[in-house]
Amino acid sequence: MKNFDEIVHDLAPRKYEKPGIIWIVFLSILIVLGIIAYIDQLIQGQVVTNMRDYALWGIYISNFVFFVATSFVGSVTVAILRLSKNEWRTPLVRIAEIITLACIIMAGITITLDIARPDRLLNLFVHARLQSPITWDIIIIPTFMVISILLLYIPLIPDFAILKDYFAKTKPKLSKLYGILSLKWTGSPAQKALQTKSIRLTSILILLAGILLQTIDAWLFSSTYRTGWDSTNFAPYFISGAFVAGIGALITVIYLVRIRRKLEDYITDFHFDKMGKMLKLACFVYIYFNINEYLMPQFTAKKGETVHLEALFTGHYAPLFWIVSIVGLVLPAIVLMFKKGRKPLPMFIIGIIVVIGSWWKRYIIITPTLLEPFLPLQGVPESWYSYFPSLHEWIITSATLAMALMIITLLIRYLPAVPIQRTVDEQKMDIIEKPLES
Amino acid sequence: MGDTTKKERRKFLDKGLKVGIAAALGGFGISKITSKLNANSKSDSGEKIELMTTDGTLIEIDSSEVVEVQHSEDHDKKYNVREGMPHRKFVMVIDLAKCKNALKCQQSCNKHHYITGDNAWLKVYKMQESKDTAPYWMPTTCMHCDQPACVTVCPVDATFKRKDGLVLIDNERCIGCRFCMAACPYSTRVFNWSEPKQEFTLDMDMLEHQYSPEHGGMPSVKGTVDKCDFCPHQVKNNELPHCVTACPNGVFYFGDKYEDTVTNGEETLRLSKLLEDKAGYRLLENLGTEPNVYYLPPVDRLVDFEDGLEQFTEFQSVEKPTEE
Repeated sequence: MKNFDEIVHDLAPRKYEKPGIIWIVFLSILIVLGIIAYIDQLIQGQVVTNMRDYALWGIYISNFVFFVATSFVGSVTVAILRLSKNEWRTPLVRIAEIITLACIIMAGITITLDIARPDRLLNLFVHARLQSPITWDIIIIPTFMVISILLLYIPLIPDFAILKDYFAKTKPKLSKLYGILSLKWTGSPAQKALQTKSIRLTSILILLAGILLQTIDAWLFSSTYRTGWDSTNFAPYFISGAFVAGIGALITVIYLVRIRRKLEDYITDFHFDKMGKMLKLACFVYIYFNINEYLMPQFTAKKGETVHLEALFTGHYAPLFWIVSIVGLVLPAIVLMFKKGRKPLPMFIIGIIVVIGSWWKRYIIITPTLLEPFLPLQGVPESWYSYFPSLHEWIITSATLAMALMIITLLIRYLPAVPIQRTVDEQKMDIIEKPLES
Repeated sequence: MGDTTKKERRKFLDKGLKVGIAAALGGFGISKITSKLNANSKSDSGEKIELMTTDGTLIEIDSSEVVEVQHSEDHDKKYNVREGMPHRKFVMVIDLAKCKNALKCQQSCNKHHYITGDNAWLKVYKMQESKDTAPYWMPTTCMHCDQPACVTVCPVDATFKRKDGLVLIDNERCIGCRFCMAACPYSTRVFNWSEPKQEFTLDMDMLEHQYSPEHGGMPSVKGTVDKCDFCPHQVKNNELPHCVTACPNGVFYFGDKYEDTVTNGEETLRLSKLLEDKAGYRLLENLGTEPNVYYLPPVDRLVDFEDGLEQFTEFQSVEKPTEE
């Protein structure tokens, strides 16, 4: 059993080592390239993308949906595990909160990349119309962002107080900043009661806002007549998909943080086993909704729907569709059923596969539908009959992903990736409850 | 800010107009009374007179205030662009039996709206429902739906529905999110992906032209959506939309549903009778979008479908300027 000082020493943020610096430089390059490409897009117009009148949305939108989906991790792990009093969540929640915040910020940025006239963004407020699902998005995304900041910040307050003392001598400036952020936390019963209450309230809020956010995101599509989008199944389908994407991202990031920061004593195989079971559940729920979405319509498919499903099952999109569905969803679910599959390394690989699968899943939800309009595709250049992102789109999209990773990396650099105070408290409780064990 | 004052001015004009028209009608209808009343018009007579305004509401005015005025000639031209021409409801009927894909409609539309992109606003589709049914040519414009999906989803009210039936776009407000394009089941909307390469000739008087949603393409704006506008700029000048006049086969009939008349420039017909006689229908009726464009089925055709194939270009709908 580690004592307080050891725990603080292990968990307190520390400087990057060489790989960390290389990583930051790599992300910075991607971001700079993305900014250059975006400026070019602003000057030339969205003609630099491969979107056209039929494929009128592309990877900017599917990437946006991916970010929104991944931001659901905060609602799932933090809120659900907290409200259901699952104690094993402790070393995982902080990273989940960080991913949530990074993803929702990037979702907000990504959606504006797709808007061709960002100079007129103010119109969204000046001339807002409540009946448009985009207006709902504009309401829910900032709301969710604020709640996710609170969800990250409130549990951090005691940790800031600890860090203030920890860095008092070595880094006075940083210590002062932590001091300000700690809001004069002393750990008095009154403060603790207030903090506990606030955390519980924020957990409930993030759960509700998360469900709303995913739902509105789904309605963005299901409020149109388009084949493949016009589905009453869409909101729960998106929520369950977000469940998968979020936990996949969480596992991936946690594995890396655990290795880089040598947190094996805090994030153990036990935690991976638990997360693995959770991802397994998520995958099966998502498979269930996929069956609802793709197999059931076979029975009553109208002509347009038949074309849509054929394009996915056997047509142009079949390879991608089956890879995403089998490798990205069914296979992980099967592997995770075995205890060996829930060890850290296999879980890390599964996490990466699930995240990549989730990204392409959004692509396959958005692109095929747009290229299957009700009236035939005629009278436009041949290149408009299909869609694959242009270089500009790839560079800009990579930059958004890099930015999300950058936010996560920076937050982990300056915040304790595992809650210190809570870890200490729990160890104390362990000592009181089972003193012989240690 | 400028916008609101403009609006207020419009509102003021609108009100003034209504009162004026009311007074005018009253003046004509009861001119004898007014002339009598005019004799003692200075003071409040206490007598009320009931009048009907042009939009059918009954109003009461003190008889001393009733003054005879000139009948306003321009009430058709002065109206709020977002509300539309009063007492009109524009419709189109497209007779598929006559269409042989001459494409004059498309060319004329492209020319008069200065369309320079790759996707025309007016398309003539080569249609064949199934293997054993007859192929036919189907021109499509914007359907100007009464339940427009595009208007519902627009987050900034850039595309709007008017009382006279038109669905128009304010290119100065559109943010380019393309949600309307995703929503439109008729794929009628086109996007300005880059700066439009429109070349306005000098005789167009672009200097005097003020942007109005009533003339799409004048000019097209980068990063915004365009589509068929039903040519209200033509209607204002008592002329028919460009596609109607350009068609050599009289395929397009344009008119007013309230007047129950449509014309293709050569013949003027009763809309209701035409739709009844020729079994008119609307595209994708089952979606409930309530289009204002009606189709007459391609029966008893005068021309062979194959004749149109010559003109058919699968990958082009806007002729690219060739060096002249």
